[in-house]
Amino acid sequence: MADKKSVLGLFQDPDRAADAMDGLKEAGFELGTFDVLTGTPYPEGAFGEYVPQHRLFRFPAFGAIIGFTLAVVFTAATQLAYPVISGGKPVLALFAMLVIVYELTMLSAVVATVVGIIFESRLPNLNPGAYDTRITEGWIGVVVSTTSDKAGSAEHVLKRAGALEVKMA
Amino acid sequence: MQQRRVIDQVHTNRVLLNGQLATPKWWLPTVTLLGLFVVVGWVLIGFMLNKGLGVTGLNRPVFWGVMIVTFVFWVGISHAGIMISAILRLTQAEWRRPVTRTAELLTVCSLLTALLFPAMQDGRVWRDYWMMPMDWARGVWPNPRSPLIWDPFAIGTYLTGATLFLYVALLPDLGNLRDRTKGVMHVFYSVLALGWRGNPRQWKLQTVGGILLSALMLPIFVSVHSVVSWDFAVTPGVEGWHSTIFAPYFVIGAVHSGVSAVVTVMALMRWLWKWDDFIRPEHFDALARLLIVVATGWLGFTFLELIFAVYSQEGQEVALREMQIFTWPWNAWFIVFLLTGYFIPVGMWLFKSVRNNIALMFWTSILVNVGMWLERYFIVVGGLSRKTPLVNSWATYRPSAYEWAIMAWSFAWVSFLLLLFARFFPLVPLFEQKESQTFSAEIKIGRARVPAVLREQE
Repeated sequence: MADKKSVLGLFQDPDRAADAMDGLKEAGFELGTFDVLTGTPYPEGAFGEYVPQHRLFRFPAFGAIIGFTLAVVFTAATQLAYPVISGGKPVLALFAMLVIVYELTMLSAVVATVVGIIFESRLPNLNPGAYDTRITEGWIGVVVSTTSDKAGSAEHVLKRAGALEVKMA
Repeated sequence: MQQRRVIDQVHTNRVLLNGQLATPKWWLPTVTLLGLFVVVGWVLIGFMLNKGLGVTGLNRPVFWGVMIVTFVFWVGISHAGIMISAILRLTQAEWRRPVTRTAELLTVCSLLTALLFPAMQDGRVWRDYWMMPMDWARGVWPNPRSPLIWDPFAIGTYLTGATLFLYVALLPDLGNLRDRTKGVMHVFYSVLALGWRGNPRQWKLQTVGGILLSALMLPIFVSVHSVVSWDFAVTPGVEGWHSTIFAPYFVIGAVHSGVSAVVTVMALMRWLWKWDDFIRPEHFDALARLLIVVATGWLGFTFLELIFAVYSQEGQEVALREMQIFTWPWNAWFIVFLLTGYFIPVGMWLFKSVRNNIALMFWTSILVNVGMWLERYFIVVGGLSRKTPLVNSWATYRPSAYEWAIMAWSFAWVSFLLLLFARFFPLVPLFEQKESQTFSAEIKIGRARVPAVLREQE
């Protein structure tokens, strides 16, 4: 089996980077095997890239359900474990419980959202592949994850589109 | 006139990372001096915990004094972060960009400070774990009916959320710092950046996640100071405290003091790191306009509180207001409170020349927080020190030197934390600045050239 290769073409002009993305599609590279790297957000589709889908909105809902359940159990269990009977009122003080239930529900939703952002961003990324520090200085990188036998083809497409430099890792 | 300049990304990196890639000359002496104050403060706190609260001026009937006042003050300051960051992010206000991180950081640092004060005030910090449901041996569980249990949950939620919010928005800049550093610092930033690369998926998640977190943090932000206000408002026995308007009154007061604190910190950032191209008079102008509205709303609540007392004709409520407004020395402080909290700063902010003058904005924002600290003193100590029937000890509360020193320590502590953060992490989000440059253009309408900001359709 051929080795995995990561080929990075560096551009300064967004149009050239978009041409490289088109060229890679035409050369038969599958969607998801090439990507564009920038130091700042660009408008969606600026490079003709694959628009990523995500499931982030499920995370806060899931977190909120977990937090709500734990908070109800916590507030109810503590009052039942040490009942404070005052004026014949119910042991479970629902309005007072609401405050803590609300806070823990929100806390859990926030924590789950952050976990979701990191997970859906595919982080932590322990094997980042080819990269160049100039990307955070305004250069645009088009990176192709491929096998060593197709690396030459990727390099050719990137250079033809006007890559100022091509790196392999 | 357009104040924004076209700045390339290399220049943005060089200027906005000037505190991380090199140590400014003033940083070490300032942090050392603040560190000295912080150490002295911690020693005083340790001494107070060892000797007990007798070293403070607290005594019957005033059992909550400067420490609780300062606690409420710092919780108020913490409202800057979410107010600025979340609301402006949700509304996609362009001028938010240099402000958001400082505001979020101020939230985290002030909450870290605020939560120390109730711990000190309770006198026995080693028993604070009793608030958590973990005391299996004693069988005495936390009482969720007590607002003193609500507080740690509300502040804990806010602190955790704000810290995570700050971290998530830092990820792209951590990647930038990783790219600009070598050696140990490179490893440090690489670990924190989690392998950030800046692909469309990651940028999309940054945008969507930022908006989602903002939407989640806003209700928390409103609830936190509401819960803090209920520490007082659910107490029927103290005049001036048992009020239904306390929750919105506290929240709007917190926004007033918090946004003013952001103005103070932004002016310092501009002066210390020389970020004239990024923190511009137009940002102070926008913040001052916002503050005029917020401050006027807050003033409305302040007078509403007085009107409720007078309109109800409850003898004890009226007596409390009489003491606060007509009795020496409360009356003098009441005038100082109104002048510094509203009339001087807002009166000045009505003029564009003041709003665009950073030195004047700096000093007026400090005045606001002098006034807002006094407001909390009026609420907390005023209500308790009123001479009520069946109270035999009517001694006036005088904060001891310990309390003043610990209050002063809190300012050194927050400044110390801010400067420590600033040494390792950028205070202005670089990627937001760069995005602003990418999405801006100058368009021609007739013979006029107009600066425009493009916005993607959601």
